[in-house]
Amino acid sequence: MSAIVKVEDLTRIFDVSKPWLNRVIERSPRALLTAVSEVSFEIEENSVYALVGESGSGKSTIGKIMVGLVPPSRGRVEVDGVDLATETDRAKVDAVRADIQMIFQDPYASLNPRWTVRDIINEPVSIKGGDTKGLAERLLEQVGLSAVDAGKYPHEFSGGQRQRICIARALAAGPRIIVCDEPTSALDVSVQSQVLNLMSDLREELGLTYLFISHDLTVVHHMADKIGVLYLGGLVEEAPRDRLFDAPKHPYTQMLFDAAPRMDAFGREVDPPKGEIPDAINPPPGCPFHPRCPIAVDRCREERPRLRPIGETRVACHLAE
Amino acid sequence: MTTPVLSVRDLVVEIPTRRGVLRPVDQVSYDIHAGEILGVVGESGAGKSMTGNAVIGLLDRPARIVSGEVLLSGEPVHALKGERLRKLRGKKMGMIFQDPLTSLNPLLTIGEQLTETILEHLDVTQSEARERAIAALDEVGIPAARQRIGSYPHEFSGGMRQRVVIALALCAEPDLVIADEPTTALDVSVQAQIVALLKRLCREKGVAVMLVTHDMGVIAEAADRVAVMYAGRLAELGPVREVITNARHPYTAGLMASTPVASQGHRRLRQIPGAMPRLDNLPSGCAFHPRCDRAEPRCREEPGPSLEACDGRAACWFPLTEKTEVSA
Repeated sequence: MSAIVKVEDLTRIFDVSKPWLNRVIERSPRALLTAVSEVSFEIEENSVYALVGESGSGKSTIGKIMVGLVPPSRGRVEVDGVDLATETDRAKVDAVRADIQMIFQDPYASLNPRWTVRDIINEPVSIKGGDTKGLAERLLEQVGLSAVDAGKYPHEFSGGQRQRICIARALAAGPRIIVCDEPTSALDVSVQSQVLNLMSDLREELGLTYLFISHDLTVVHHMADKIGVLYLGGLVEEAPRDRLFDAPKHPYTQMLFDAAPRMDAFGREVDPPKGEIPDAINPPPGCPFHPRCPIAVDRCREERPRLRPIGETRVACHLAE
Repeated sequence: MTTPVLSVRDLVVEIPTRRGVLRPVDQVSYDIHAGEILGVVGESGAGKSMTGNAVIGLLDRPARIVSGEVLLSGEPVHALKGERLRKLRGKKMGMIFQDPLTSLNPLLTIGEQLTETILEHLDVTQSEARERAIAALDEVGIPAARQRIGSYPHEFSGGMRQRVVIALALCAEPDLVIADEPTTALDVSVQAQIVALLKRLCREKGVAVMLVTHDMGVIAEAADRVAVMYAGRLAELGPVREVITNARHPYTAGLMASTPVASQGHRRLRQIPGAMPRLDNLPSGCAFHPRCDRAEPRCREEPGPSLEACDGRAACWFPLTEKTEVSA
């Protein structure tokens, strides 16, 4: 198995300053929000790599950078050896663009209500002048809908069916990698299981690679081969699934696991985690997690830990062993 | 047995539309006792929020209660209107909504919002109300409550805002709190804080809590009993451990099996085929029968039995009896 996606030192900084005139009058400084900070990881072909984290951890931004919706500030994302942000050879860019598709969180907002399902699914192919005859019908059947649905409009479908249409659209261009940004968060549990099963089936049938972005630990545990945990834009821990769930090494990962509600934990009395995610515009110095960390020492307040390997795990904590 | 704080009897809510009358809540009955958390679960459109709104008198027209009753400490409240209902809300019943930003007034400080509620419902002076407001904020774990009482909602984070909403719901010392998806908009670590807070307040103050959510994990950890709703009806009602580990209604069992469980790994999830029917297109008989693998002709013809038919647990003609595993 070889890495199909390589993310190196990826950083994205958003300028969230007030307009120029306000800054001059109010003497407020520029405000820069570091959404993604020096993230590096690799995704192997035909595997599921999951990014988990709470809101503001930068997981969606990484997904957007990967498909080219947002350019990185520093660092690079290589898909099949091609860096979308800097590559100048048009043919190479086009080839990679077709290889990587995205499924969004909200199936109600990501389908054009004025287009028929056929047009929606055909668009990625027809825009390049490809042959779309029978394509929508075939894909609809592949994702568990019926061929006659192609003439309908998105409002005629339920949330789970719409997400199937989104998946069909993502498959139309014949991609090898699909970035899924919270694909089931908007769905009910019984429908979520249908969509997750469909995604697993398609992965086997078509040899797909997924970048699976989610905040839901149980879903991630179900789907992923390898998991990266993000906190305040940085990767704090990365490990194969079983390793991560059996022996989380970073205190944040441990906190996240303890806090997640469990179906088998009747009346469990948890000692809830303390504090909240700090402001990403003024992150704390040193390790970003140290204000909430139960085991922080002086070193954590001063020096930002780098990811270092421990066995199969990579962890960014001075104290982990 | 003592009188339950909330007693809902055969509640039916209807919405007249051009295409006919919809019944988002159909023959729902349950009790909640003091110091008890009743979880109400179901998928979107199951009628769980509608039930909560009907209890507290927040149904938007044209939705209305057409039959059944809502008893608060034995007193019927479903027919109250206007001023008398307004007095009761806040004093006897508190409500916590899903989105804390939209349920606070952005133009008033949280102190003003709290003291307004306290002055309205309790017989105290302005300064006593202020002290009570600070105590209420303290109680829900807002640090430096005395300083922060003059802050506006936008100055708080999502989790802190939800704490303010909880303080607001509890400041007039109600007997019943309806929490409608109180943690859905929050992150996992903050969710754990809010759930722990709700449990503590329920226990310490002896408040009856109706916790409406779609998250089975939250229910398992917080609730004492759980009511499972499907297409406006109660499918199952029972102690939380019983319902989750030993579901009697096929829908509950399917719901449990389709929830990914962390310890199960990559195995395929069991799925319930299809989706919840729309209210304007309910199937005949038991509303679950088209999705049910145990359905028999009787299920297609007769509506599901009342809960009492199956030890008061499940509204099903052919309830599961053998032990079903959570993930089978």
